[in-house]
Amino acid sequence: MEKSVVFNGKLLPYLLLAPQLAITLIFFYWPASQAIWQSFLREDAFGLNSEFVGLENYQALFAQPEYYTAIGITVVFSSLVTVLSLGVALLFATQADKNLKGGSVYKTLMIWPYAVAPAIAGVLWFFIFHPTLGTLARPLRAMGFDWNPMLNGTHAMILVVMAAVWKQVAYNFLFFLAGLQAIPKSVIEAGAIDGAGPLRRFWTIIFPLLSPTTFFLLVVNIVYVFFETFGIIDAVTSGGPAGSTTTMVYKVFADGRLGGDLGGSAAQSVVLMVIVIALTAIQFRYVERKVQY
Amino acid sequence: MANVTLRNVRKVYPGGFEAIKGIDIEVGDGQFCVLVGPSGCGKSTLLRMVAGLETISSGEIDIGGRIVNAIEPAERDIAMVFQNYALYPHMSVYNNMAYGLRNRRIPESEIKTRVEDAARILELGTMLERKPRQLSGGQRQRVAMGRAIVRQPKVFLFDEPLSNLDAKLRIAMRVEIRKLQRRLNTTAIYVTHDQLEAMTLADILVVMNGGRVEQIGNPLEIYQKPATTFVASFIGAPPMNLMPIEGVRAQLLGADAVPAAAGQLGIRPEDFELGDTVPAGGIGLDLRVDAIEHVGAETYVYGARQDVGHTDSLSATANDVIVRLPGVASPQIGTRIRAVAARAKLHLFSADGRQRLSV
Amino acid sequence: MVEHRPLRDLVAYAVLSLGILIFAFPVYVAFVASTYDAATVVSGNLPLVPGGRMLENYYRAVFVGGSRFMNEPVGVLLLNSFVTAIGIAVGKIFISILSAFAIVYFRFPFRKTAFWIIFITLMLPVEVRIYPTYKIVADLRMLDTYAGLILPLIASATGTLLFRQFFMTVPDELLEASRIDGAGPLRFFWDTLLPLSMTTVAALFVIQFIYGWNQYLWPLLITTKDSMQTIVIGIKKMLTTTDELAEWQLAMATAVLAMLPPVAVVVFMQRLFVKGLVETEK
Repeated sequence: MEKSVVFNGKLLPYLLLAPQLAITLIFFYWPASQAIWQSFLREDAFGLNSEFVGLENYQALFAQPEYYTAIGITVVFSSLVTVLSLGVALLFATQADKNLKGGSVYKTLMIWPYAVAPAIAGVLWFFIFHPTLGTLARPLRAMGFDWNPMLNGTHAMILVVMAAVWKQVAYNFLFFLAGLQAIPKSVIEAGAIDGAGPLRRFWTIIFPLLSPTTFFLLVVNIVYVFFETFGIIDAVTSGGPAGSTTTMVYKVFADGRLGGDLGGSAAQSVVLMVIVIALTAIQFRYVERKVQY
Repeated sequence: MANVTLRNVRKVYPGGFEAIKGIDIEVGDGQFCVLVGPSGCGKSTLLRMVAGLETISSGEIDIGGRIVNAIEPAERDIAMVFQNYALYPHMSVYNNMAYGLRNRRIPESEIKTRVEDAARILELGTMLERKPRQLSGGQRQRVAMGRAIVRQPKVFLFDEPLSNLDAKLRIAMRVEIRKLQRRLNTTAIYVTHDQLEAMTLADILVVMNGGRVEQIGNPLEIYQKPATTFVASFIGAPPMNLMPIEGVRAQLLGADAVPAAAGQLGIRPEDFELGDTVPAGGIGLDLRVDAIEHVGAETYVYGARQDVGHTDSLSATANDVIVRLPGVASPQIGTRIRAVAARAKLHLFSADGRQRLSV
Repeated sequence: MVEHRPLRDLVAYAVLSLGILIFAFPVYVAFVASTYDAATVVSGNLPLVPGGRMLENYYRAVFVGGSRFMNEPVGVLLLNSFVTAIGIAVGKIFISILSAFAIVYFRFPFRKTAFWIIFITLMLPVEVRIYPTYKIVADLRMLDTYAGLILPLIASATGTLLFRQFFMTVPDELLEASRIDGAGPLRFFWDTLLPLSMTTVAALFVIQFIYGWNQYLWPLLITTKDSMQTIVIGIKKMLTTTDELAEWQLAMATAVLAMLPPVAVVVFMQRLFVKGLVETEK
């Protein structure tokens, strides 16, 4: 898509582009290329010298059992958050799509958690499920359930998943609702005339028509879980207990900062970049398809 | 006030597509010139070249004795009314009209006078503070006109300015535009695809097709003596009936009276009468009535020729003939009628339709 | 609407209301905790109705700061958050509307290249290039500065794409009318394009304000001085301690204060927020 009518200008367009290009080159391309370059280097313990070691950082990375653990944790965490937040959001969106009185108030009350910072969402959930002072943890313990996300890895994972889902439902709700409202009412009425009941209409008409939205959200949610949930994990568990909530992104951070292993951290960054590029490429193929509709 | 002259104007796009294939037009001072043709014929492109919105590949455009090929639109002393009006949505009606004048550093007091004059002429006086979205389609159209008037240009350019209006308003605005142009006595070039609009507005009518001029002249002359079959079928509604001359040559009293080069015969629907006797040198066609349209003042009869073989009666074929009858005529569907036309009403064209021949 | 039945509507109301309560619950508990004294909160028997220490707790949080674990009062952190969030939003709008204008309304050598250079930044969030970016900011002596907090986060393609998308919907005839009216590119931008873009600008501002306000990893890395921290980082630092000793009532007051501005923006500018969210993700 291009404008057919444009201005003439030799210098002006470059001046207009300069601020963005400067910032992009300095704070984006330079560090990104540094990350790639560092992934081929090893620094000594004092960070004074570094030597080129080829793929050694990658070999070391993929020889680490902890890395596979982190991959596994990332897969579990992203699947849980994605499936739960999409499911819950779809449930609410279908209810909110019923032309209810006060619908816009309900909508507002559904979407505000989007505005809460992930780290704060984490702190809120950590507080109510805090093993000793949590408002909801106490009933659990009173029932004899030994709830302790600070010691039990599974409990910790449940906690970060809840916080992440809580924050993400709002976003998915908004897009599902928009998607539902974009379905022509006549199509649903045609389904009703063809004798399909409400549930059948949902699965045979509405859900398929919603699939572009669902697919789009799937990709967005995976990216969300990868990156934005960093704040939740850092605030709630700091990757613990015993690494049970250390996702791939958290490991980049932890290895680079706490471990001081910049080469290994950079190699992990590069792996992540590849994953994000792949996800984005999938998303663009979807966008292209959408344009063709 | 100015003449506008186009000399061998061409437009070739970078891809090699030739949109305008060498056009010469001369519009006299104060004349109303209409470019008409089907979509894609290049009429809008040509207008935009006059405006300076498209570059000119070769040839010259002369406005008021000045070659404007290399001159910016703002410097050409033209004003343009766009199909979608192109009003600045965030500016009031007043500012929409004043904007161009302010850019030319005309004193604010002068701007005020001009805008108020234009508003009075166009009956927009009470709407000067409104935004375009608060106006009806016809009012927006008038603001677009006002924006053109206040500049006091040498030439008005109109790019299908009425096509976004409903049918009734379109006719009213058509009359207004013509009155306004006469009153201001400003040269105008007007693009439309509507042949009725073209006929009613034009001093000079330019019929275009495929990047070329098919015919230039005054509208009645073009109607009465179309130079090509394209013009014949484009100007006039319903269109002229065109048929190969072969099947009817024998009828035309003394076949040798028809030029040998003649390949097609044309008869306008209103030039037919019903009758048994074919006028001397004229033509008579036996038709089976397939459909009838009553529009009140007249009746259109769609007939299939019986003298030549024809196929499915539901599809319009070369053998279908439209006959316009005055008042409420009522031949029955399925019956046979005979439509006759006098010699003087016939049009003859070469076989390729590019040339008109004398009858 | 097919089958508008009272029963089905009732179910819908029930499901939605339940959802809204679940959503609100953690925030409500945080608010309640912020209205009691430390002993009540730590006892683990937090009542479900607000207590009487609200003003005191918020006053202490905003103007005094915690006694042990935090040197700066939240007031300073709030200010930092505001400066950062507004800086990111304004900065992004400024650079992206200019670059989109260049890309859409001009033809020049390397136009496509420039577009792709900007476009590719979509793919890599700050998290994957965090340490090298940190190093550059350190080399530029921008640690513990607003510039360091803001600049690396405005290098992104979302704004440019959003404006490009909007500019494509602006009718070409407006540009042509402007040319006939004698307006050059900058005048067209200022007199026509910018006024028409105001809704898009506002929508982008809302989204970027929230984005900037909620940043976590980046401010965590590049602020070493407590006085430069944003409020989101501040809360985490308040809790990084043996948690029995943490001043939960102050932390929760801070959390409520940290949520308030972005949530208010979503609630009161809902239309712009939704527009911004939906359109930046297309």
